[in-house]
Amino acid sequence: MATIVEWIAIVLALAGAVFCAISAVGLIRLPDVYLRSHAATKSAALGVLFVLLGAFLFFWAVDGEINAKLLLAIVFVFLTSPVAGHLNGRAAYRSGVKLWKGSVRDDFKEVLERGGKSGPDTVQEPEPPKRP
Amino acid sequence: MPKGSDIFLQNVSKVVVFIILAFALYLFFTGHGSPGGGFIAGLMSAGALLLLALAYDIETVRKVLPVDFKLVTASGLLIALLTGAGALFFGKPFLKHAFGHFELPLLGETELHTALIFDLGVYLAVVGVTMTILLTIGEDR
Repeated sequence: MATIVEWIAIVLALAGAVFCAISAVGLIRLPDVYLRSHAATKSAALGVLFVLLGAFLFFWAVDGEINAKLLLAIVFVFLTSPVAGHLNGRAAYRSGVKLWKGSVRDDFKEVLERGGKSGPDTVQEPEPPKRP
Repeated sequence: MPKGSDIFLQNVSKVVVFIILAFALYLFFTGHGSPGGGFIAGLMSAGALLLLALAYDIETVRKVLPVDFKLVTASGLLIALLTGAGALFFGKPFLKHAFGHFELPLLGETELHTALIFDLGVYLAVVGVTMTILLTIGEDR
């Protein structure tokens, strides 16, 4: 019984490490800060979640202790990592980082030029663009 | 709500601040038997308040916690000093600590130690100093 759980923990930790490695490759290969943020946030967060879950299962199987700190860390990373990615992308866009040259549309720019109002039904007179 | 605020950061920090504060409390009470203690718990609480100040603004932190953090530092130092001085009344040397086993209503038999009160002083001093530094630097724009 304990051996099966140990093997599951090993597979989880390995999968997490592979996800983190893929995320690092994406950081090198992708052309744009937004695409890099996409790679870094999701894949690395999932990798960390898998490694933490593997560690939790391993300590549960071997020592018989339920480590609530690891579960809390899983919840915490799951909550905070997407928000950090969102803030990175937003700060990059607001400070004027260009999109990749292959990008075809930029909806947020139109929204900003309308003065922050979203949706086509709220279009009033065009205000000057507010780019702080 | 200040201009240029971010609804994702604000709503997530509403949840995350409580997780951080609960973990700081855990670290504070577990400091005797495992890693933790007053210093790291104080730093983590100050980190939670700093996250609140980043997601909202400093006025929100002042409204949530309407205390003067310099007074928090002073009361922490006073608690630490009085814990040390309390041993003098029992004819023991300064900073001599005592402990005993007590039957608490909800927790069962618990070991209570006066080092926890000293740690509370350390905690308050660290929170006060860190928040004073952060608010003093962040105030002028």
